Amino acid sequence: MAVDSAEAEQAAEAVDSVVDQQPVIEVRDAVKRYGVGDASIFALDGVSLTIQPGEYVAIMGPSGSGKSTLMNILGALDDMTSGEYFLDGIEISSMDESHLSIVRGRKIGFIFQSFNLIPRTTAIANVELPMAYQGVKPKERRERALVALDVVGLGDRINHEPTELSGGQQQRVAVARALATRPALLLADEPTGALDSKSTADLLDLFDQINAAGRTVVVITHELDVAHRAKRIIRMRDGKIVGDELNKERVA
Amino acid sequence: MSVYEIIRFAFRGLFTNRLRTFLTVLGITIGVASVIILLAVGNGSSKAIQSSLDRLGTNSLQVRSGGNGFGFRARASANSQKPLTILDTVALTDKTQAPDIKQVAPIVSTNGTCVVGSNTSTPSTFYGTWPAYYQASNTSIQSGSYFTNDDVTQSRRVALIGQTTATALFGTESPIGQTMRCSGIQFTVIGLTAKKGASGFQDGDSLVLIPITTMENTITGNQALSSILVEATKSTTTTAAQNELTTILDARHGISGSKSADFSVFNQASLLTTASTSSQTFTTLLGMVAAISLLVGGIGITNIMLVTVIERTREIGIRKAIGAPKGAILSQFLIEATILSLLGGILGVVVGLIGSHFTIVGTKPVIVPASVFLAFGVSILIGVFFGGYPAQRAASLRPIEALRHE
Repeated sequence: MAVDSAEAEQAAEAVDSVVDQQPVIEVRDAVKRYGVGDASIFALDGVSLTIQPGEYVAIMGPSGSGKSTLMNILGALDDMTSGEYFLDGIEISSMDESHLSIVRGRKIGFIFQSFNLIPRTTAIANVELPMAYQGVKPKERRERALVALDVVGLGDRINHEPTELSGGQQQRVAVARALATRPALLLADEPTGALDSKSTADLLDLFDQINAAGRTVVVITHELDVAHRAKRIIRMRDGKIVGDELNKERVA
Repeated sequence: MSVYEIIRFAFRGLFTNRLRTFLTVLGITIGVASVIILLAVGNGSSKAIQSSLDRLGTNSLQVRSGGNGFGFRARASANSQKPLTILDTVALTDKTQAPDIKQVAPIVSTNGTCVVGSNTSTPSTFYGTWPAYYQASNTSIQSGSYFTNDDVTQSRRVALIGQTTATALFGTESPIGQTMRCSGIQFTVIGLTAKKGASGFQDGDSLVLIPITTMENTITGNQALSSILVEATKSTTTTAAQNELTTILDARHGISGSKSADFSVFNQASLLTTASTSSQTFTTLLGMVAAISLLVGGIGITNIMLVTVIERTREIGIRKAIGAPKGAILSQFLIEATILSLLGGILGVVVGLIGSHFTIVGTKPVIVPASVFLAFGVSILIGVFFGGYPAQRAASLRPIEALRHE
C-alpha cells in the first residue's frame, strides 16, 4: 500500500520511493535488553519475523512475554538494542527521530488499548490530525476522515468529543484515525482490552472487514478469542517466538 | 501542518485552562503596565523639574546673606556679618568689574497677609524689589502694567499680584485698579502677573510684588536686603557672573584669606540640574523595579508551560505516535507561550496607557513612547525565551515514555 505520491512531502520521498513488493514487516534477530551486565533482562531475545502484505496476524503471549516490547518496536515507538527492522522495505532500525515521525504518520496506523484520542477534540478532528501532520490539504483530509468514520459506522457522530462517546465508539474513532492515513500496517495493541463483549465483537468484525479489503493487520493480545479471529497466530514467551502457525479455522 | 493549525492547537490548549491562562497573562500584564507607568512617572517628574528650570531662567543667580548656608544660620551670627544692601546691588551693576552681569534686582522679603473685605490671602512670595526683577525672575504681566522706576523712587503704594492671590482676594473680578491691605498698608493693584505654576513646593502664583522703597519705608523699616537677584548675560556666562559678583562682594564685605564669606550665592540652574540628575536616578530605579516584575511574569510563563507540558505528556505522546514531527510540537508549545505573553503585553500596554492618565504621588506621568514599544517587545521575547525551554522539553519527549505517562 503506497502513499499517494501527490500528497507526499519532500522529506518523505525516500520513504515513498520504495516499491512495495517486499514484506510489510521484516524483523531480523531483534534484541531488546534493559539494564547492563548480569542484571540485564532480555525483553526481546532474538526475534525474527516476516509479515506479508494482506496478512492478519495475532501476536499472543502472557504478560512479560515481550509482546508489548515487540509492538513498540514494530510501531517505531521504541528502538532495539540490536537487530534489523524493515517496515515496508524501509530500514527503521537506523532512522533518526525526525524520519521516524514521518514513518509513524504514513506507514503505521495505531490502535491502543486506551484509545488515545486527543481529549476535548471532536471525532473528525481526531481522525484528521495525523493527516494534518502529514500536510494533507484540509479539503482532502476532511473527505478522507468522513469516509473513514463512515466505514467504522460513526458517520453520525463526527462532532462528538471523546467524553461524549462510549468506549466502543472511541475505539472505532481510533480505527478511523488509523485507517484514514492509508497505512501499510494497522497495528493494534490489546484493542479490546477496555471494551465490553458487544463492542469487542463489533471491533473484531471491523478488523475482518478491513483485512478483507486488503490491509495488513497486526493485533497484539492475550485473549484467545481475539487471537482466533486472525489468520496467523504468533505465540511469544520470555522474549522469544515459541509458535507461529496459520489459524486453520480462518484459512481454508 | 499549516501554521494556522498549529496556532489553533495552541489556542485550544490555552482555552481549556482559562483560569491558569488568565493568571499567567496577568503576570505579564502587571509587568508591562508597571514598566510603562513607572517610567512615565519618572519621566513626568523630570519634565516637571525641566519646566521649573525653564521658568526660572537658566541664567539667574541669587545672593543671600550668610556664609555657606541658609538664611537662619546667617541670622544667628549676624553681628559679625555685614548685611546685603542696596549699595551692594548697585556695585554689581558695574559693567567693567562685572561684564557678565546683565542686571541686578534687590529683594526685601516679608511675610504678610493681604485683605480685601472679608477675603484674605497670605502670599508665599511677598517681595519689595525694582523693575529689573521682572526679567531676572522671568515674571511677566498678563494684564495691567508693571510698576516703574518712578514708582520706586516715589515709593508709591502700588502692587503686582499673582493669579492665586488675585483669585483669593478678588474672586473672578479683575483686580486691576482695586485696592487691598497688606500688612496694614493699603496698596493699589496695578498689574496681574502671568501664570507661573508651581516651582518645587511653592506656588509661584501666590505672589505680591511692591516697590522696594515702599517695602522698606512702610513695612520692614530697615535697609537690609533679603537677597539680590542677579541675571547673567547668557546662560553660558552664569559661572563667570558668579565669579565676578563674588569678587565684588568679597571686596565690599572685607572677605579675604581665612575670613569666611558672609553671603552665599545660589545658582538655581545648578540646583535644578542636581534635582534633574536625581530624578533620572529615580526613573532608572523605577524602571529596574518594573523590569524585575516583567521578569517575574516571564518566569511565571515558564512555570505554567512546564506544568502544561507535564500535564499533557500523554497527549504529546499520542500526537507523536500518530506522526507529529518534533517541529510541530515545539511550535505548538512555543506559540502557546507567545500567545500568553502577547496577550499580557497588549493588556499591559492598555493598562499602562490608562494608568498613566492618573496623577501618581503628585506627579503627572508623561508616557515615554519608547517604553511602550520596549515593554511590549520584551514581553513577546519573554514568551519565546521563557516558553522555549518547556517547548523544547515537550518536543524531545520520547513517544514511548510519553504514552506510558498517566
